[in-house]
Order: sequence, then C-alpha cells, then structure tokens
Amino acid sequence: MPPEALAADARPKFAPPAFLGRWETLIAALIVVVIIVGSGLSDEFLTTATITTGSLDLIEIALMALPLALVIVAAEIDLSVASVLGLSSAVMASLWNAGLPLELIIPLCLAVGALCGAFNGVLVTRLGLSSLAVTIGTLALFRGLAYVVIGDESVTDFPTEYTDLAFGTIGGGWIPNVLVLFVVLAIAFALLLHATPFGRNVFAIGANAEAARFSGVRIKRIKLTLFVLSGTVAALAGIVLSLRNSTAAANVGIGFELTAIAAVVLGGVSIFGGKGTIGGVVLALVLLGGIQKALTLADGVSSYWIQIVTGTLLIVSVLGPNLVSRAREARAHASRSRDRWPSARAEDPTRPRKEEAE
Amino acid sequence: MSAEVASPAAPPAGADTRARKLVETFFRVRELGIVGALALLVAVTAILEPRFIELESLRDLLRNASLFAIMAVGQTLVLVTRNVDLSVSSVLALSAFLAGDLLSTSGTPVALVFVLAIGLGAACGLLNGILVTFGRVPALVVTLGTLYAFRGLAFLWTDGRQINAETLPDSYLDIGTGTILGVPALAVIALVVVLVVGYYLRSYRSGRELYAIGSNTLAARLAGIRIDLRVCTAFVISGGLAGLAGALFTARYGTVDATAGTGYELSVIAAAVVGGVAITGGVGSVYGAAIGAVLMGCITSSLIFLKIDAFWQQAAIGALLLVAIAFDRFVGLRLDAALRQRSARRAA
Repeated sequence: MPPEALAADARPKFAPPAFLGRWETLIAALIVVVIIVGSGLSDEFLTTATITTGSLDLIEIALMALPLALVIVAAEIDLSVASVLGLSSAVMASLWNAGLPLELIIPLCLAVGALCGAFNGVLVTRLGLSSLAVTIGTLALFRGLAYVVIGDESVTDFPTEYTDLAFGTIGGGWIPNVLVLFVVLAIAFALLLHATPFGRNVFAIGANAEAARFSGVRIKRIKLTLFVLSGTVAALAGIVLSLRNSTAAANVGIGFELTAIAAVVLGGVSIFGGKGTIGGVVLALVLLGGIQKALTLADGVSSYWIQIVTGTLLIVSVLGPNLVSRAREARAHASRSRDRWPSARAEDPTRPRKEEAE
Repeated sequence: MSAEVASPAAPPAGADTRARKLVETFFRVRELGIVGALALLVAVTAILEPRFIELESLRDLLRNASLFAIMAVGQTLVLVTRNVDLSVSSVLALSAFLAGDLLSTSGTPVALVFVLAIGLGAACGLLNGILVTFGRVPALVVTLGTLYAFRGLAFLWTDGRQINAETLPDSYLDIGTGTILGVPALAVIALVVVLVVGYYLRSYRSGRELYAIGSNTLAARLAGIRIDLRVCTAFVISGGLAGLAGALFTARYGTVDATAGTGYELSVIAAAVVGGVAITGGVGSVYGAAIGAVLMGCITSSLIFLKIDAFWQQAAIGALLLVAIAFDRFVGLRLDAALRQRSARRAA
C-alpha cells in the first residue's frame, strides 16, 4: 500500500514507544504471566531449583535452536538436527568402546556433525534441492546411520569428571555449567546474526534471495556455512546429552527437531525467512521451559497439557499477528475506498507480507 | 504438469500438444521408474530368499503398506497445493482410539465407527485448513502445532488406557487381517481410495485446480480459482484419510494407546516424495505416492528377509528419498531445457 496513505490515515496521534510493539516484548510479558501463574500453582516454582532443572531439561533443544534460527532466517530449514544429535551420540559411544579418550572423541563428534551439515548444505545449494525435502531424507539417513554405528547398544561408563561437568553446576550452586555454554553460544550467534556483514547477508537472503544475488551476496556459500553450523552445534548437543545422562545411544533425542523449530518460530523468526532475532528465540526458550516446569510442578494438572499448550502457542504466535494485520488492512482498505484503482493486490494467503529485514 | 498449467500465453497448437506430450511422457516415466525399482527389489529379494514371494509374506507387506498408502494419498493432495500436513500421525492416534473406544465400550456398528473416525479426522483437517487459509498461518507451522496439540489431546483422552484386541469384535479385527478373494482387505480399501482420489485429481476441475494453486498461486488466483476453498478441502481430505487410517490401524493391530502412529508423519511425506510428489507443489500423482508407500514397505520387509540388520532400514529409506528428489531435480532441469529449446526453435 502507498506509504502516504498509511501516513495520512493510520498514524496514531500519540505514538507508543517502539519497543512495546516488538515481538520480544510480548514473549517477555508472557514469561511474566507464566511466572505468576506458575508460582500460584506450586510453591516450588519460584525457586532456584526451577532454573537449574528447567534449563537442564531443555538445554539440548536450546543449543540446536540457535543455529536453526539462522537457517530459518535464511529461508531454509533443517529437520535433521535431532538425527545429527543421535548420530553424534552413537559415534561417541562406538569410539569410547574402541578405547579412544574423550579428549579425542569430542572433536571427532563435532567433525561428524559438521560433515552432516555440509552434506545437507551441498544438496541444498549445489543441487538446488528443497531443504525441507533434503532434511526429511537426512532425518531418516543420519538416524539410520546412528543405528548402523552402534545398534541398540548403549554406553554408560563415561568418566565422572566429564559427566559431572555436563550435569553439575557452577561451584555447586544453582547455575548449571551447560547453561553457561548456552549463554556463550547465544551471545556468539546473536553477534554473528545482528552485528556482522555475514548476519546482514543472512537477512538479505531470507528477505529476497533474488535481490541478494544481484547485490553480490554469496548465497550458496552462506547457506552452506549455516548448515555446517547447524550440524556442528547439533553434534555438540549430542555430546552434552550423552554426558549429562551418562548414556550414549543411537535413539536419543528423537523428535527434538520439532520442539527446536517450535521454539524458533515462537521466538518471532518468520518461517519464510528474513525476519527474527536471537533474543526472541532465547526468550521463547525461557517461556517454553517455564511452561513445562509450571505444568510439571502443578498438582492435579496432567503433564500431557505441555504438548497441547506448546502446539497451541506455536499456532497462536503466528495467527495472532496475522489477524491483527488483517483487521488493520481491512480498516485501511475501507478508508481508501475512494481510491483510484480497485484493489487488485493478489496476495498469496499462505505467505504473510514480507517485512523489511529486522 | 506445472509447465502446462502455468504457461501464461497459449503457444501455437502444434507446439502445445508436443510440449504436453513431452511433459506427460516424463511423468509416465517417473511412475514407471518407481515401479521398476519396486520390481527390481522384489526380484532380487525373491532370488536370494524365495520365501519372500510366498503369498502370506506378500499379503503382510501389502497390509503394512496400505495404511501408509492411504495417508500418502491425502498428503499428496496437500503437497500438490504447496502446503504440508505434519499432523496426520496425531490425527491417526485420535481416530484409532475413538474407534477402539467405541467398539470396546459400546456396541456401535462397525460402519458407524468408520464414519465417526473419518469424521473426526476430517474435523481435525478442517481446523488445519481454516488456520492455513483464513488465519494465513504457514502450513508447516499450523500442522507442527496441531501435531503436538492433537497428540497431547490423545494422551489426555486415553489417560494411560490401552485398547486390547480381546475387547474388540472379531468382525472388526477381520478387516485388518482378513482377505477378499485372496487379497488383504486393507489393500483393497487402499486401492479404492487411490483410484477414487486419483480419478478426482486427474479428471475433475477442482482436482486440476489443486495443481494450478501449487504451480503458481498468484496465477491461480488471477484465474479466479477459489484458493482458500480448495486448500481447505485438501486438508479436510488429508485429515479424513488419516482418520480412516486410524480406524484401520485399530483393526490391524488390535492394540491402541496414545502413542499410536508416532513418527508416521515423516514416513508418509517420504512415501509421497519418493513417489514423485514435489514438496514444492504442483507436481505428482496419488498413484506415485501409493507406489512410493509400497516401495518403502517393501524395503523394510526385504531387509528382514535378507537378514540384513534392521538398523540399516532407516538409513536405506533416507538414502532412497534423497536419490528420488535428486533424480527429480536432475530430470526436471533436463525437461525444462528441452521445453525451452523447443519453443526457441519454434520462435526462430
């Protein structure tokens, strides 16, 4: 719609501060609601133990969600992350059985993850295949390879200094060690996405790949890098999960990919790319963790509600803004009824209007 | 198919028919390709292990593939419109439990059970469809959400209960295990579904419109196609067929709890994609999707017969899927080039 029309009709007389309209603010407000409701439901909710166990429950998904957010901002998707996690755990188990030290196993597992990501990335960028189809394929392939590597065995005799590192807290307090790892990675990914030319290009690709190509953005290389990052961090999540539970096996983390995607979308990242922040994703993870914890702690509430609430929240998070913009459009349309030409703006219903990057 | 629907201006009649022939040949070859792969797999397995082609093992193979084939047919309708339905496995669980619950606690007639199970599935599909069309929420997000929500509802509803085969009437279980003229009843039902939906998609205007929507949504809208209605219908049919698959799941396995069908959604999409349905919309047929489901079932059982570690099964299916999409892409590029060359020559 022409900007002048907007400026004339839709600008409110008094403008609220810009941060109020941000998605992150809404998620933060929801977190406050969850905290209030959660502490009403159970006395145990508002304790440091909630933070400790809540963050441990969600840590692998949280780790995977970070690079996944970048992949989705670039208008691609990676459904294979949980299978890479499983493969990493299986490789870890089999190398441990072969007698290798963990100091060597961990980098090897990360390399396997990077390789998996590169495989996805090459298929998507060099062969021009749809990442949805490719990563559904590698979702099965990588999980299958995990079973091929270790079968249905599992390894549980990892050295305690490592399992303690993954399970323990800083100085025996309430902050889990792995939470520090997450915070460091979250800051790194936030800087990468929001403060580097690389990140600007990721937004440019997601917002309009054609325009990005004509501006000389190296789309293929950037997408390949994103898939490699996604694979590597998924492998790291596999290592964390195996050490934290002191169990490495092929069947760990099945279905995690969907929760990770749910967290990213809930965090305000557009599934069509070009829009989203790491901060939003982190807040969404806190919200999901809070809801899970509140529902588990509450008496008389079935834990099955977690799935229902997560699913509903995911849909509403996209539906709500759409309905608001729809109502706004209808109003703007009504006030432009004397316009010069009939509105022939044919819009794809499955695609919300692309907004400018960030 | 995408090329003929999307072409904006009508080229000269001769070129049009010839181009159409080229495109149609391609799709026939594509389906024949899967049939060929299937035949090769059966032949190799049968030579190495003759028991594989004994009647009973073939029947078992068909029974297992039927549920996936039925869901893959529904999924095809949705994929063709450039959407996706991830929620089918959770819809299956709801319908399977509904069927089991009705049969074991009350003497509901079998036909009514089927109607209710399909109706419940269609209602779930309608919810997906409304959220996608009216709500303008991307299908991936909607059905990911309902994948969770429906599964959660299934857990809440079953509350840890399990339906067992003893509580189900024999007449119902016969549907899952019985045969009609030597062919498993499940396979007959799946075949009917495939033929009916296949005919609809090929020969009805509204069926063709699904392809138009998936090929070029904007062009379809400008051509006056009621996109929202058609997309919604595709979701309703997908949900309804998942509901049917749920009722048949109960008949086939006898044991149902809230975890029924977990993870089926990706196998169903994989079956359709292996069968030549493009995840990017506008391309594919339900025949291909159904054969894809049979091929995937065949891989599973031939691995068992060849005593290859079951651990290879998932890896094999993943690899097959990647080969299928890479092949489609490769041939699609060649086809595009051929069509372009043809029209260039004609213009010169």
